[in-house]
Amino acid sequence: MAETITLEVQRYNPEKDTEPGLQTYEVPLKKEWVVLDALNYVKDKVDGSLSFRWSCRMGICGSCGMMVNGEPKLTCATFLTDYAPGTVRVEPLKHFPVLRDLVVDITDFLAKLSRAKPWLIRKQEKPLAEGEYLQTPEQLDAFKQFSMCINCLLCYAACPVYGLDPLFSGPAAIALAQRYNMDSRDQGAAQRLDILSHSDGIWGCTFVGECTEVCPKHVDPAGAIQQYKLTATTEWFKSMLMPWRGE
Amino acid sequence: MAIPTYYPPRAYRTRVSTYWWLRSWPYLRFILRELSSISVAWFVLVTLLQLGALHRGPAEYARFGEWLRSPLMIAGNAVALFFLLFHAITWFNLAPKAMAVRIRGKRVPPLFITVPNYIAWLAASLFVAFVLLRG
Amino acid sequence: MGKRSNEPFLWMLFSVGGTIAALLLPVHVFLFGLAFPLGWLDGPGYEALLALARHPLTRVYLLVFCTLPLFHYAHRFRYTLYDGLQIKHLNELINTFCYGGAIVGTAFAVYLTWSI
Ligand code: SF4
Ligand code: FES
Repeated sequence: MAETITLEVQRYNPEKDTEPGLQTYEVPLKKEWVVLDALNYVKDKVDGSLSFRWSCRMGICGSCGMMVNGEPKLTCATFLTDYAPGTVRVEPLKHFPVLRDLVVDITDFLAKLSRAKPWLIRKQEKPLAEGEYLQTPEQLDAFKQFSMCINCLLCYAACPVYGLDPLFSGPAAIALAQRYNMDSRDQGAAQRLDILSHSDGIWGCTFVGECTEVCPKHVDPAGAIQQYKLTATTEWFKSMLMPWRGE
Repeated sequence: MAIPTYYPPRAYRTRVSTYWWLRSWPYLRFILRELSSISVAWFVLVTLLQLGALHRGPAEYARFGEWLRSPLMIAGNAVALFFLLFHAITWFNLAPKAMAVRIRGKRVPPLFITVPNYIAWLAASLFVAFVLLRG
Repeated sequence: MGKRSNEPFLWMLFSVGGTIAALLLPVHVFLFGLAFPLGWLDGPGYEALLALARHPLTRVYLLVFCTLPLFHYAHRFRYTLYDGLQIKHLNELINTFCYGGAIVGTAFAVYLTWSI
């Protein structure tokens, strides 16, 4: 009999349960297995009703984020052997409503994301025939880091401010707003400012910094937020000193 | 096009515990960093009281000096010094994250911001000490 | 224009105050709070300190030193209370306490550095 490891998985069935509970499974411990493999093993061999999200198995789609032993992780990039011997506790991402087992409701994030207008905004679109908007490698470098975000929401699960105040825009949405603000082809910074700079947007952030620590793509959302505070402050002073300027 | 009706699912919601900052070391370190603000206010207050005593004459100032020598004040200031050093170190270390300085399109490495900060800290401290100690 | 708060202004006070606090407060606490009272170092006497405090540059220095860090404290402590104790609903009370304290301190600082 090969080696095994104990998996504790949070289960919740909205039709039957009033609150979630942990269920224990023994799964084979293989060197190349990640937590997601263990969950798929349970779903295929033990209990087909176990629900969780995943797709790419390679840290690209951002759908497999869960709490592993209390820390937000991409389960497709978290190896079982790092926890052996011992148990691996898998729970749904913190700070989001749990729909079923390990599946959370991210509607709130999606609404915030679209409010941050994560697309190129032009004052005047140029006709297609005139070709694409050009950009130098340096200009690309200015925002590239922020564009690596895969919307896995580990940063939201790590952010106590989001947990405490659901109105807070949160790390990824602000980092993605900043991604477009820093893009030389974009002209929509003023539109994003109004949305992000009222008190629920960025000012709730107290720079706990854990979002940056847990981000699997090194986006550094904490840095993006602080940099955005500086921008918003500069704009605030400009609008105080030159109220006629307008947008 | 018909807009689909949104049926809110029956979701289980958790609440963040009031003591969330005790749950892990990074959170605890964060809250200690934030609490350093009390030490900031504390020593500004001590300085204001000192200026007040200075203003009211030598007798008052001597009493103030006596008060500063009491064990309670020594202990309080030792704690304050600890938190203020913590504040200074975290403040300077986080500065490069908050400021994205670019030179010719390239983001300057964090040390280029941190090191001048530390040098300024040292210079300011030495200057204050020099002015007070020059005899 | 959407809802514009004065949060940017308060944040700027927080940042500038925090930098001043980080640069200057540790050495002040070390000298006035520990080294002089414990006799590790000989501090200036009454006359010398008064003369120093009356120098115009020192007045400006003390004014900055005793005001901006207070607004750093007010901002940071306000959020510590919000998040650490989950009492954001007491918003107005907390604001009055934190910023009120900083404003009173500022008034004292102005008075003392002016009249000393
Ligand atoms: S910023 Fe990082 S942690 Fe947050 S959603 Fe994007 S990739 Fe995930
Ligand atoms: S399954 Fe796609 S990121 Fe893990």
